[in-house]
Amino acid sequence: MSTPLTLAAIGSVFAERSGVINIALEGMMLAGAFAGFLVAYLTGNVWLGLCSAVGVGALLGLVHSFVCVSLGGDQIVSGIAINVLSLGLTGSLSRMIFGVTPSLGSVPRLPVIGVPLLSHIPVLGPALFQQTLLVYLSIALVPAAAFVLFRTHWGRSIRAVGEHPRAAHSAGISVYRCRYVAVALSGMLAGLAGAFLSVGQVGAFGENMTAGRGFIALAAVYFGKLDPVGAFFASLLFGGADALQLRLQTLFGTQVPVDLFLMFPYVLAFLTLAGFVGRATMPAASGTPYTKE
Amino acid sequence: MRISLKRSTGDVALSAALAGAPVWAVPGALLLVAVIMLGIGTNPTAAFGALADGAFGSPYSLGITINKATPLILAGLGALFSFRAGVFNIGQEGQLYLGGLAATWIGISLTNLPPVFHIFVSLAGGFAAGALWAFVPAILKTRRGVNEIISTLLLNYVAMYLVSFLAFGPLRGPETANYQTAPVAASAELPFILPATRLHAGFLVALACVIAIYVVLWRTPFGLEVRAVGSSPRAARHAGIDVSRTVVLTVLISGGLAGLAGAVEILGVQHVLMGYFSPGYGYSGIVAALIGQSHPAGTLVASVFLGALRAGGSQMQRAAGVPVTMAYVTEGIMVLFVIAGVALRHRAYVPKITHVA
Repeated sequence: MSTPLTLAAIGSVFAERSGVINIALEGMMLAGAFAGFLVAYLTGNVWLGLCSAVGVGALLGLVHSFVCVSLGGDQIVSGIAINVLSLGLTGSLSRMIFGVTPSLGSVPRLPVIGVPLLSHIPVLGPALFQQTLLVYLSIALVPAAAFVLFRTHWGRSIRAVGEHPRAAHSAGISVYRCRYVAVALSGMLAGLAGAFLSVGQVGAFGENMTAGRGFIALAAVYFGKLDPVGAFFASLLFGGADALQLRLQTLFGTQVPVDLFLMFPYVLAFLTLAGFVGRATMPAASGTPYTKE
Repeated sequence: MRISLKRSTGDVALSAALAGAPVWAVPGALLLVAVIMLGIGTNPTAAFGALADGAFGSPYSLGITINKATPLILAGLGALFSFRAGVFNIGQEGQLYLGGLAATWIGISLTNLPPVFHIFVSLAGGFAAGALWAFVPAILKTRRGVNEIISTLLLNYVAMYLVSFLAFGPLRGPETANYQTAPVAASAELPFILPATRLHAGFLVALACVIAIYVVLWRTPFGLEVRAVGSSPRAARHAGIDVSRTVVLTVLISGGLAGLAGAVEILGVQHVLMGYFSPGYGYSGIVAALIGQSHPAGTLVASVFLGALRAGGSQMQRAAGVPVTMAYVTEGIMVLFVIAGVALRHRAYVPKITHVA
């Protein structure tokens, strides 16, 4: 349950660090979920589905960057527009291609890969080492992202651009290029996260199936203080909450309305933000477009 | 943050709105939507024809269009009011749900009130509930610096599931087969105001709010404070304005207007409370405010346009096979065109985000 949150959150750490708020995460995930499902359905190949989800995410990332970085438009407004657009496009296309059904057929799911030896450990083994490739990828991404962000020149550039774009510009860093790449990366990983939901988990696409998970991933980024490792643990927490509410649904769903359980991850995300995230977690230039002078 | 108070009168803001991007953003977006329709193998002319007929073809359909525009106007006013203070309250959807919940509860339980008075109490309850739901992120923003964008978004989902839970369980009506509450008392229903249509008095409430918000923003000292905080919180603080207080008050009014949107939808159209009763009215209200350049008059016009998209959508689906969800595509593209256009004209007009409270 944590994997899509982790993927989307890690990507978003880069976008937020570069000074671009990406609430379009939700729309990017939804578009990835649909594109991944559609291509996997048409070609019968899950991997092609994943690739196109990444591509569609990148495309929306470029739209977001074009509007907010090149044109200097408002980042929140652009995010809202992309979310609405994505909801409409995926809904319309899925209705036109598959008809009005809440959930569609099934495509071959991602194969489960067991780690030799480790997957035979009782109880923990299957849970940790009997997973799809995307789960391992999302975990491997955490140290990789931390390394890139804090130990490489490019990572330093991203952070510089988010904190003080003018100074970064003077130091010869291209503010526009850094932000474009960071937001596109965020889109790619969000697209992949969406595809994980549709072709990885349920093998189906439902209208608006992300249901706010993009916003939860964004909450994980803030709760994790814009740090890949922090964002990972926050994703684990929120993903765990989601898994717990699903479990409670199957246990008590007949006696208690399921909406009470569905609410739980959002309440938890809200409470952690309200309780633990204070001021000054955002980079100084967050939300402000940069204009060359 | 640029310090600029030169756009201080509503008339200037209105002329800027009218002369600005939205005028070409609408046909531009429609053209792009037509291209998409061609791309998916449908006939755009037939689709737009059916859409226009379904939205404006008869007094009855015009009434439906206005009814669908009404919650958008109110939620849109809520959005623009907070945008003007530089606060991104985008929790209209959740505040709308809470407003609908409160209005239903009052509409069902306080039955011994005089008819007109009962309507007003129910509407006021909707306003108060929406304001209360918005108060939480507002106080978190000013006291603890919690980003209101993400907190209001998360609360949307909490509110949606909360209302669904209540309609499903505790508030479920005794004699209903569906998961919904009992209907509100007839004395709390908003009356129909045009013969042979279902146009209800909620539209008049919305119109009154358009005028009220215009007056508050551009003709009162409080409105000046709101806009000063929106232009530059730092300058406003130097000018002696209590920024935190202004932000909280602004968000209360903003949430209240969204709550009112939920209340008029229940009291005027649905009469019972069901889970998931809002088809995204809160989000589309934000879209209306953005297309309307955060001006009450612009938001009114944009809301009627978006209401027409929703009202004519089903006829478009029947006649041309274009799904109703194409309305969202149009909304999204239109907003992108509007920001692009505004940003191209001069990069400062769209209300700015302030992360400092």
